[in-house]
Amino acid sequence: MSASWLIRRILLIAYTLLVVSLLVFGITQVLPADAAVMLLGENATPAALAAVRAKLGLGDPAWLQYWHWLAALLRGDFGMSMRTGQPVGPTMLVALSRSLLLAALALALMLVFAVPLGLAAALRRGKPIDLAAGIVSYLGVSLPEFVTATLLLLLLADRLHWLPATGYVPLTDNPVDGLRHLGLPVLTVSLVLIAHVSRMVRSETIDVLHSDYIRAARLKGLSPRRVLFGHAVRNALLPVITIVALDVGYLLGGIIVVEEIFAIPGIGRQLIVAIESRDLPAIQAGALIMAATYAIANFLADIAYALLDKRIRYD
Amino acid sequence: MTDVVFRLLRTPQGAMGLVILVLIAAICAIGPDIAPVDPEKIDFLGRFRVPGAAHPFGADQLGRDVLSRLLAGARTTVPMAVAATLLGTLSGAVIGTVSAYLGGRWDEAIMRTIDAVMAIPGLLMALLVVNTLGKGSLNATLAIAVAFAPGMARVTRSVSLAARRQDYVSAAIARGEGGAWIVFREMLPNVVAPVVIETTIRVAFAVALFATLSFLGLGAQPPASDWGLMVAEARPFLHQAPWMLVAPGAAIALTAIGFNLLGDGLRDALNPRDER
Repeated sequence: MSASWLIRRILLIAYTLLVVSLLVFGITQVLPADAAVMLLGENATPAALAAVRAKLGLGDPAWLQYWHWLAALLRGDFGMSMRTGQPVGPTMLVALSRSLLLAALALALMLVFAVPLGLAAALRRGKPIDLAAGIVSYLGVSLPEFVTATLLLLLLADRLHWLPATGYVPLTDNPVDGLRHLGLPVLTVSLVLIAHVSRMVRSETIDVLHSDYIRAARLKGLSPRRVLFGHAVRNALLPVITIVALDVGYLLGGIIVVEEIFAIPGIGRQLIVAIESRDLPAIQAGALIMAATYAIANFLADIAYALLDKRIRYD
Repeated sequence: MTDVVFRLLRTPQGAMGLVILVLIAAICAIGPDIAPVDPEKIDFLGRFRVPGAAHPFGADQLGRDVLSRLLAGARTTVPMAVAATLLGTLSGAVIGTVSAYLGGRWDEAIMRTIDAVMAIPGLLMALLVVNTLGKGSLNATLAIAVAFAPGMARVTRSVSLAARRQDYVSAAIARGEGGAWIVFREMLPNVVAPVVIETTIRVAFAVALFATLSFLGLGAQPPASDWGLMVAEARPFLHQAPWMLVAPGAAIALTAIGFNLLGDGLRDALNPRDER
């Protein structure tokens, strides 16, 4: 990792955010909504509406409005919510922290299940465990989150009463209850991840086991256990980083639905509320923060990959 | 062509996927005709009727037959997802091919912009687009196409660049073959296969995404028997009438699994050397 690579990568993130900001601003411009009417209600007098429009600069050309918005953004000011009158930035960042907790738990659960499942499937190709892993991965990839979520809700909350159905309890209030409330959302989100990653681990392990250096390790007389855990697993797990990074976009999309279903006040639910109520500053802030999360996650994945795999050099 | 179908049928995934999809295509074609009762017939005395002889999959909150609604709903769910994917693939393929053709700085600029757009999760993109255009099946289809285009652009570009660099293409150029021969006989067959595989698998995503938009109230509108909408309507009655939820959920899952299986089968059938 050279300094020039880091600089180029950071410039790319800046470019990504610029493109996303333009796109999101453009979309919020054509969204059928009148900000002044949103703020003052349907019964506002024309004079009051005109005053608000002048204050917000709604009569300005679009590029000027974009410039003002971008300039405020660079100062860390995301604007005021039209729905609540509160600053949007802090609200969205708090919501993001809840979503990230959900995402982190889902990733942890994924690692616990997906890696052993993928390895077992690769080592016992064509055996029942391989078939079971295949079925899990097809189900995980094919079931939309809202179907998984409602089916899990039906089974684990409604029938078995193992987990609470919906709602959010801050971990700082009651850690046990808080985690129990996150149970169903985490299970839902992690199923897709388990599907992707276990499949990846399986196919990578199969590939690696056919490679020359594994044959060399076997011919050297190493025990199968050493060959597997000392040589094969390490290399088979590397691409997992890439697929997880790619899945972050998927994860963020899935979180929108899951938070809506389980009533978790994370960034996904905030975005849905913002879109429904045409709260333009909140939509802009939420979408931009999501895109930034994605870009940064990919950046971190590239760095992790380079640190773990000495063959990779970014220059 | 027949060769590909034959090879496809010999892969377990391909054969299973094909069977599932033929079944679903048949339901799309004749579903409303074989529905036991009118899918919109309301029967207040028969609300939440348990699955049985009269209603194999039970009845919903208005006493409508769930099986009939499911059969009729295939038509509003599956073709939309296929159309959205094809539209997204086509526009993505144009962008990707143009980018690969232009090459150099233009290619770099286009691809970095595509990457940037992909930082917006597909579902969020679809939500934004459908809210801009307005609720409804057609707009949801367009929204999914927009959400898919960048990913497809990336795939087609990398595939066409890879095809261009193959030795057999250089060999054809060295042999002095004409441009049309190189494009149609050497490059295109190797570009089409990966794009077809990717498209097939993406239909599964599109089915899920379309159902999700309907579930969120942005796609098909009541009283349509769109599968995503059926799940949304079933949610408040989860405790009383779980069959209302399980039936459309299973239908969505089966369709998506069918396309995923077919995609994997195609991958094996079209790349005979890859043994994974």
